[in-house]
Formats: sequence, C-alpha cells, structure tokens
Amino acid sequence: MIFIENLTKKFGENLAVDGLNLEVKEGEVFGFLGPNGAGKTTTVRMLTSLIRPTSGKAVVNGFTVGQQDTQIRRSVGLLTETPGLYDNLSAEYNLKIYANLYEVKDVAGQVEKYLRMLGLWERRFDPAATLSKGMKQKLAIARALLHEPRILFLDEPTSALDPESAHLVRDFIGELRKEGRTIFLCTHNLDEADRACDRIAVFKTRLVVVDTPAQLRMQMFGRKVVFHLGNLDEALISKVSALPFVQEARAIEKRLVVTLDNPEAHNPEIVRTLVEAGAEVQFVGELRHSLEEVYLQLVRNS
Amino acid sequence: MHKIATILRKEWAEVFKNRMVLFTIVFMPLMLTAIPLVILFSMRGEIQTASAGASDVPAQFRAFCPVELNSGECMQVFMVSQFVFMFMIIPLSIPAAIAAYSVVGEKTTRSLEPLLATPITTVELLLGKSLAAVIPAILATYLAFAIFAVGTWMLVPNRIMLLAILDERWLLAVMVVGPLLAWLSVTFSIMVSSRVNDPRVAEQLSVVIIVPLLALFFGQMAGLLIIDRQLVIVIGLALVLVDALMTYFSVQLFQRETILTRWK
Repeated sequence: MIFIENLTKKFGENLAVDGLNLEVKEGEVFGFLGPNGAGKTTTVRMLTSLIRPTSGKAVVNGFTVGQQDTQIRRSVGLLTETPGLYDNLSAEYNLKIYANLYEVKDVAGQVEKYLRMLGLWERRFDPAATLSKGMKQKLAIARALLHEPRILFLDEPTSALDPESAHLVRDFIGELRKEGRTIFLCTHNLDEADRACDRIAVFKTRLVVVDTPAQLRMQMFGRKVVFHLGNLDEALISKVSALPFVQEARAIEKRLVVTLDNPEAHNPEIVRTLVEAGAEVQFVGELRHSLEEVYLQLVRNS
Repeated sequence: MHKIATILRKEWAEVFKNRMVLFTIVFMPLMLTAIPLVILFSMRGEIQTASAGASDVPAQFRAFCPVELNSGECMQVFMVSQFVFMFMIIPLSIPAAIAAYSVVGEKTTRSLEPLLATPITTVELLLGKSLAAVIPAILATYLAFAIFAVGTWMLVPNRIMLLAILDERWLLAVMVVGPLLAWLSVTFSIMVSSRVNDPRVAEQLSVVIIVPLLALFFGQMAGLLIIDRQLVIVIGLALVLVDALMTYFSVQLFQRETILTRWK
C-alpha cells in the first residue's frame, strides 16, 4: 500500500527526513512515532503529495509521489494536526465543500452517512465554530473519509482532546480498521499507538526502528516474569539464577523478577525449583513494559 | 468547472459573513455614488446664473464640455467627471478586501492544508478565489454607476449635459476598464496574500494597487493630463497585458510547498 525508499527532504540546509525506508501493508494500522520536530508531519505531507521529496521514492496506493500527485490526493484521506474547518460555515456545508472537491458522486448521501456515523447529524446546521473540540475533530475525520479512501493519514488525531473525546476518536479508528482500511497514524500518545497499531516505527529524522509493539518490548527489555513469593530471600534468587535458561533474576520490591526468552516453556521449571527450595509461590505474572519505556529508550539511544 | 464553482460558493459563504468585507462592498460604492450626485444637486442654482459659453472656461474644463453648454454647466460637468473617475476605485478596492483574506485567511485558520490535500489544481483554486472577489466588485461597480446615471438623469436640466457627464469615455472606463482593474487587483492581492502570513498586512499591501489610479486622478485634477477616450483605450489595452502577466505570476508564486511550510 505504501512503499518508501530512501525518502529524503531538505529545507535549505535543514535535513527534515533522512533516507527513510518503510513499507506499510494493506489493512495495517501503522504507528509513526517520534519527538516534536522529528519530521513526522513532513513525511505525511510528502506521502499525501502536499510537498515534494528532495530525493528518494515513495509509492502510495500504486501512485508515485511527485509524478502522480493528483491521483494520490484523490485516493488518500488526510486528517491534519489541526482540524482546519471553516468556522463560519455549518458542519454539513464544511463536508459538502470537500465532497465536491473530491468528486464524490452522492454528495448528500455521503455527507449524511458520516455525520450520522460520527454522531453529528443533529448538529449539522450549526457553524463549525460552535462545536466542541472533539466534535470538530470528528468532523475533520469525516471530511477525510467522504471519498472512501483506502489509505488514511491521521496526524495526531487525539491531541488536545479530553479523555472522553479521545476515546470516541480511538473507537472510530478501531471501526475503520475493521473495514480494512490502511491507517498511517502519527501520534505522541504511546498508549494509543500500543493499543491501535499493528506495527510502529520510531522516527527521529531517520528511522530508528520498526516492528510490532510486542517485538519492540522484547528487543528492548526481553520478557520478564514476576514471581510473588511469601518468603523471598537471596538463596531463592541464587537457585533461580543458576538455571541455564534464565538470563537474569533479581528482587524488585520484594518480588522476584526473572528475564526469559520463552516464559511459556520455562515457567513450570522455575516454579518447581522455587517450591523445592521451600518458596511460597503466591502469584505468577508477566511484567509488561509500557511502550513509553520502549520509546524513551529508543529515542535516547538514537 | 465544478471545483471552481465549489470554491466560489465557499468563498462567498464565508466572505459575506465578514462584516468588514461587507462594509467595503456596500458602503464604498454608495459613498462614491452619493458624492457626485450631491455635487450635482448642490450646484443646480449656479447653472441658471451662469451666462458665459463653454468657450470662456479654462482648457481642462473645455475638454469635458460640448460648446452648447454654458460655463456653469461646464463647470458642473468638470466637477462631476472628477468623481466619475473615482468609480474606478470600486473595482480595485473590493477585490483587494476579499482576496486579501482568501489565502492568508485560510493560512491562519489552518484550513489551507486540507484544501490543498484534495485533488484541486492550483489554477482551479486560484480561479475560484479570483472570481469570488472579481464578480462582486464588477456588480457593485455597475450597480453604483447605474444609480449614478439615474440620479444624474433626474438632476441635470438638459440632455446635452446628461450626455456630457455620461459620455462614452466613462462608459468605456466603467464597463471595460473596471473589470480589468478588478482582475489586476485580485491577482495582485493573491500574490501578496500568498507571501505574507497576516491578513492585515495582506490587506494593507493590497491597497497599494490604488496608488497609480490616484496619481491619474490628481493629475487630471491638477490639469496635468486630460483623460479622454484615447487615454481610456490605451489604459484598457495596457491593462489587458498587465492582467495577463499578473495572472501568470500569481499562479507561479502560489507555491503549495512554500505556503504550507512557511506558516508561522
């Protein structure tokens, strides 16, 4: 769906995007993470044919950036960082303008469909300025979907929204995913990326890493299992550390935390060892690092 | 055409909700129509007392008067003609007021990026925005001149004087040069608003286009030049050329990337 090869963008001497290589598959929700000024919006602008790459190649939905820009604009939807609505015009008229510009055949039908789907039908005659932030964002999402694009670029879709509005927008992204649309999601919200994305890329002018959230956790921190013991002591830690498959065993807040490659295979043996050594095993669970920890580690390392 | 019409309707829907722009579109033509009519009305008594012929008045007056008019009528024709010239301000100022908001306004509300992300071409976008500014200006100019013509017909004492005021030179100026000036104004305003980030700066810079017109106005008032039919035709032809060049440059200067990435 999206194929990027050595994509580079310079503004004068300033290198905004440096040799980006990436592939986003059809139907995938792809998270594009990075700090402010990392070049995320520049990348999205290049992929939506708003600006031209300095060098490199990008193919979006089968069309080449810089050569087939009109076709790209026709086939993708873009939610910009700020809604950018016409505040004096009604919600309905805002959508009608874009339905006409995207050459939608059934303008009235499509506008009604998305206004109803996003719960804005009752407010359709109200000027956009009078809508809440969440409603404005939903209206902007509707605008990006009117022409039924198969690829959707969402730039910070939940930034500056209250938790309830953000939740509504996230739910809607989930619905779009079920419809099989490809979603390229730029976000600072790592929890959102963790829950919504099949794969994520961490980007800071150049690509730092790309993988599934689970794989990134494992690469960065390994898999960790927490054993809640009634009588944790140094002897028990030494027994577990001595097992050949254990990478690391240490006490954290009176709990035994063990790093393993394959907890499903090795947990029974660790439990057996602990019980034989006289430990009172109360509870066993996996320690899940947040994506934020992974992200911070990656960005610092880069 | 469909996209151009969409932009045109959108611009009007937005512009006609802006009180400042509405004020410019409505108040200025009314004011510029009222001034010459008030002059005509207030000078009515002088016509009856004047007895000398048009040949007795200064050269710059005589250029406006048929010999059948007396000095008082000739004076009145001259005075009113100065203000007919001011009708040219309408097609210059209204597009400037509308178009100054058209690009910069979209920049400040951040609505330009989603708009440029649609399959609309630069020519379609600029044509829609230009027509949205030019059409009201031309209509307002024509309407103002029509009101002026009716008012003149009601106020002047004879047909010769009426034809002297509404002569072909001014009809040519209002009907042909007016739209050309409107187009010049809008292309200039779009060029300015493509390059600046503040609508107020755009509006202030856009009104610079009125300066050459004021130079002509004061030149005529001072007797340095006489705006006759030939000069109007020359100005019209020059404007065709200038408009073509300005249209080309306004499209060339509207660089999507620069506009998007230089936002403050």
